[in-house]
Amino acid sequence: MNKRRMATAIAAGMTVAALTGALAGCSNGDSTGSDAEGKVYYLNFKPEQAEDWVALAAEYTEETGVQVDVQTAASGTYETTLKSEMAKSNAPTLFQVNGPVGLANWKDYVADLSDTAIYEHLNDQSVALTGDDGEVLAIPYVQETYGIIYNKAIVNAYLELDDAAVSSIDEINNFDTFSAVVEGIQAHKADLGIEGAFTSAGFDSSSDWRFKTHLANIPLYWQFKADGVTGQPAEINDSYLDGYQAIFDLYINNATVEPSTLSGKTIEDANSEFALGKAAFYQNGTWAYGDVSGQAVADEDLGMLPIYIGADGEENSGLATGSENYWVINNESSEADQEATKDFLEWVITSDTGRDSLANTMGFVTPFDTFADYLPSNPLVLADAEYTAAGKTAVTWNFTVMPSEEWKNGVGQALLQYAQGTGEWDAVETAFVDGWASEYQLANG
Amino acid sequence: MKKSLARWGWLFTGPTVAAFIIGFIVPFVLGVYLSFTEFRTVTRSTWVGLDNYAKLFGDEVFLHSLWYTAAFALVTTVLINVFAFAIAYMLVKNFRGKNIFRSVFFMPNLIGGIVLGYIWLLLLNGVLGMWARSITYDATYGFWGMVILMCWQQIGYMMVIYIAGLQSVPTELIEAAEMDGASKSRTLRSVIIPLVMPSITVCTFLTITNGFKMFDQNLALTNGAPSRLSELLALNIFNTFYGRTGFEGVGQAKAVIFLIIVAVIALVQNRFARSKEAAL
Repeated sequence: MNKRRMATAIAAGMTVAALTGALAGCSNGDSTGSDAEGKVYYLNFKPEQAEDWVALAAEYTEETGVQVDVQTAASGTYETTLKSEMAKSNAPTLFQVNGPVGLANWKDYVADLSDTAIYEHLNDQSVALTGDDGEVLAIPYVQETYGIIYNKAIVNAYLELDDAAVSSIDEINNFDTFSAVVEGIQAHKADLGIEGAFTSAGFDSSSDWRFKTHLANIPLYWQFKADGVTGQPAEINDSYLDGYQAIFDLYINNATVEPSTLSGKTIEDANSEFALGKAAFYQNGTWAYGDVSGQAVADEDLGMLPIYIGADGEENSGLATGSENYWVINNESSEADQEATKDFLEWVITSDTGRDSLANTMGFVTPFDTFADYLPSNPLVLADAEYTAAGKTAVTWNFTVMPSEEWKNGVGQALLQYAQGTGEWDAVETAFVDGWASEYQLANG
Repeated sequence: MKKSLARWGWLFTGPTVAAFIIGFIVPFVLGVYLSFTEFRTVTRSTWVGLDNYAKLFGDEVFLHSLWYTAAFALVTTVLINVFAFAIAYMLVKNFRGKNIFRSVFFMPNLIGGIVLGYIWLLLLNGVLGMWARSITYDATYGFWGMVILMCWQQIGYMMVIYIAGLQSVPTELIEAAEMDGASKSRTLRSVIIPLVMPSITVCTFLTITNGFKMFDQNLALTNGAPSRLSELLALNIFNTFYGRTGFEGVGQAKAVIFLIIVAVIALVQNRFARSKEAAL
């Protein structure tokens, strides 16, 4: 009997051991890093700088011994990745929201940043996003600019032609002139040795945000300006959508590819067309510098034009400048981890290594006062500075108040159908105006 | 014997039961519970009753993907089974190199869905490119693209099951039918098919449920484009859950509905096919 009991006990013990072993295997991830110092886990939004952040984190770990993990979500999947990462026990301590609407989605998960270095060092503290009681919740870390990137060499070659629409690039300051130049270049594409005036307006998810979000911002900006709208309106109107259609037509009808192939075109297609000098114009922003430089296009040939849609007064407008990259700290992380994250961010914006990486390697223009000696060399950023110096008013980023991703997707899909000829422009207007009202209702109703 | 079974039984079933509870029962119950709540991450949720289910029936995209998936499952089930049976029928004949043919047909099954999706995306876009189109130009292109992909991947697998079924048909019966003067097609219809009915049950069950559950190939090939018109149910659920903040619960509710649909269809199909077997 005794023997048997012992056997039972041993067997039971072994089962328990096997089970706990298996369970411990599952939870290994969070037990390793939970030392008293805290650790940092940054879920980065910008794939362009993915490797730079990993390198920067490694340097911080080497200097201080604090563990910093950086993960980057693939283009267009940030919210998906964030949602699944946040459900894990080893959740990001530092993540990003894209503005007020993004912050509203995660408002239960963000910590107060009032006492942090990144808030104290803001040039203008009003750019931080605040909660209902005035607590500081999200801080932008990069200021970006987009417009129509162009290849000065190709445009100058066109200006040499006898029937050029203008005699100098500086004359392009409204939609009509721009459209004449684009059509001229397209007509002469063989003479200029290019495949089209514009790069392909791809509607793969890696590229469609250029139209459903960034381009859509332009008619919104002019409407908000005309109607004195501030904040997030419940409804919008179609007063500038004709201009939206005009510029979009220009993109798709004067491009390197047929409009019917756009559904499968990616951002890499557009990048390579521009980088190899096959197209003269490319709607994108300062962040694309790394992707388009260093091949057939010399840095001094990179310029950026504002996006014109035929609005009154657009001669005096500059490039679209703003931020959709806000740092927030996860309030569900342990105290030690939150402190470690704050220390890491302070180091990023104050140490020489951090500043050098942000300004020179990543090419960011930051809103922090610690960067006075670190002006970026990115020619696209310099293009923005020129417009500001010339007294042009920057177009603001209003897409941070777009009611939802669903709204953007609705507009994007209608645009694609219109582009490839399977849908009408009316559908775009419906998705734009009615879609806004219904999505706003869903989110705030 | 009985006593020691009672005493030792838990030792052998214990780990499996525990794994089954952790890996299946808990997520299942949690999933059903979450479909009645509003949540952002699964650890924090608030009860909202039937709200999520109410939202679901006004969702046109969901209703579209419901019938789109049903059509897809139907077409693939018919095509895969017909082709798989035909190929199996050919490959049970004795000829040189039949094993090579069997391996060749089976091979596509060894490639993962995402990889297959991208390979076929390149192939199909290459072909459609001749007419300046791409697979995501229209939902019909996507539909047939996925049908081709699914057939290519599944026919070999079903073929193996059919070959096993066909080989177990006693040769005496076929010879007897021949002696009685039955034609080839008569033998096929009245002798072979009734005898491989169990294989047909298994294969139709697998193809129907695979058709309904298809996800990765859909994601890789069209990702729902254009306008979410080529979105099958599983991808629709995924996009609702992850693509739209505030709709996690609705996605979960769709998953519950999806489970019920697939379970009901599979049960009905199984009962129907088994009744044919019983009639033998």
